[in-house]
Amino acid sequence: MMCQKCQEHEAAVHYKQVVNGEKQETHLCEGCAQEEGYMNFSDNGLSIHQFLTSMFPFDQSISQKQQVRRTEDAVCNKCGLSYQAFRRKGKFGCSNCYETFHPYLDPILKRVHSGNTTHVGKIPKKIGGNLHKQRELDQLRKQLEQLVQNENFEEAAPVRDQINKLKQELEEEREGGDQ
Amino acid sequence: MSLQDFINEAISPWMNTEGSDSDIVLSSRIRLARNFDYAAFPTSGEQESLIKVLEHMEKEYSNQSYNQFKQFHLVKMAELEPVQKRVLVEKHLISPHLAENNHTGAALISENEQASIMINEEDHLRLQLYYPGFELTKALETASQIDDWLEERTQYAFDEQRGYLTSCPTNVGTGLRASVMMHLPALTMTNKMNQIVPEINKLGLVVRGIYGEGSEALGQLFQVSNQITLGKSEEEIVEDLKSVVQQLIESERRAREWLLQQSGIQLEDRIFRSYGVLAHSRIIESKEASKCLSDVRLGIDLGYIKNVSKNILNELMVLTQPGFLQHYAQKALNPKERDAFRAHLIRERLQLEQY
Ligand SMILES: [Zn+2]
Ligand SMILES: [Zn+2]
Repeated sequence: MMCQKCQEHEAAVHYKQVVNGEKQETHLCEGCAQEEGYMNFSDNGLSIHQFLTSMFPFDQSISQKQQVRRTEDAVCNKCGLSYQAFRRKGKFGCSNCYETFHPYLDPILKRVHSGNTTHVGKIPKKIGGNLHKQRELDQLRKQLEQLVQNENFEEAAPVRDQINKLKQELEEEREGGDQ
Repeated sequence: MSLQDFINEAISPWMNTEGSDSDIVLSSRIRLARNFDYAAFPTSGEQESLIKVLEHMEKEYSNQSYNQFKQFHLVKMAELEPVQKRVLVEKHLISPHLAENNHTGAALISENEQASIMINEEDHLRLQLYYPGFELTKALETASQIDDWLEERTQYAFDEQRGYLTSCPTNVGTGLRASVMMHLPALTMTNKMNQIVPEINKLGLVVRGIYGEGSEALGQLFQVSNQITLGKSEEEIVEDLKSVVQQLIESERRAREWLLQQSGIQLEDRIFRSYGVLAHSRIIESKEASKCLSDVRLGIDLGYIKNVSKNILNELMVLTQPGFLQHYAQKALNPKERDAFRAHLIRERLQLEQY
């Protein structure tokens, strides 16, 4: 078997991986394998091919005409990337692309991230205190629900107080922001 | 250059310290992808804003210290020889993709080479942090602190719904890729990996192995990492990965015991044959070298081989890659010359052990 990359040398490294039950094989000569960094920690969860096929699995089923009409108007006004080009490359051009392609993103993100579309992790310090407080509030509400479900009313009381305090703070901030 | 000097140059200082479960987990890595709010992503190819990003990082962080990491040194891709880049790639300090960005690509590398911040790779910043052994929690904690330090002097591209915005939709949200490099010889020899890998994939994790001609993974090394970056917190991502890695460690330990009981003499024979090949061969290809190194490392872990340091697998897997071989030889080598030089280097390295 020849190396898939250079087509010059006999393939020596056969690289296999399975993502979501789909098997993918890559055959490279030793030199190309080293160049591709297969001996190193690899950085992406998916290979680009896998990624594109998992992102846009229904490519063929959408009629050509429909596809053109749907994508004609979607061009990022900051970096100039069109939705069509985004589909081809699988990469955004700037942060504004997320806004521009917003209507199409949920199904793509769901496919790549096991049904998830919303971030629940770290928040940058500079993003106002509001979002941090909102997160805390969500957490406390979940906690309260759990405690009430377990009929643990003793511990639930202070949690409820904390929720009320946070809610009030958030409201005051909102009013302050409007003026 | 003496071999010892060469090794000192090739092996990052952090690799010489030992972490938890280091008989099975060689290293842990945390990577965070971040972008600046004001500049188009490197994928857009818009040079002007990328130059700004590079200038900002150079001005604010070049030769700056952060806690235990001492100074960060800036290396620009434009100023490196191809072989120097290759060495940095083989040391995992930069990616092959960054090495190709000769205009605006750069990396801030900490003095002990444990932390590296790639600039203008696929994202404006890619922070990578390595720990020896199984140390994901500590790695995440520290990476997050460095992340705060980087955020202090800029505005990240962040969206309340989508989280940290990245060039590739596979990284959006936390921008976190947590990985461990595991040595799993007993699970490989007992053909258990074929069953285990699909199970792990179902949990949203990715297992990568490097395969030679046979069915055994090269060096019997596997990288396990998270695939999902959106909809889970950083801590959840790391906890989920940790619990799977913990199970793999236990299975590998059980498989080693089983092998010892069932076929102790065959296993001992395999290990010492491999040791013999490394100690005496005159030509060795990288796949054979990887297999033998893996066997010898297992032999050390099981107590068959004494007086050889555990680091030998990690060390020689790095040293015998083409970039390093040519760096040590101080000339370009064709594949045949490499195989001879590799054998020479391994023999010489093993002799350092015999005192
Ligand atoms: Zn090739
Ligand atoms: Zn854009």
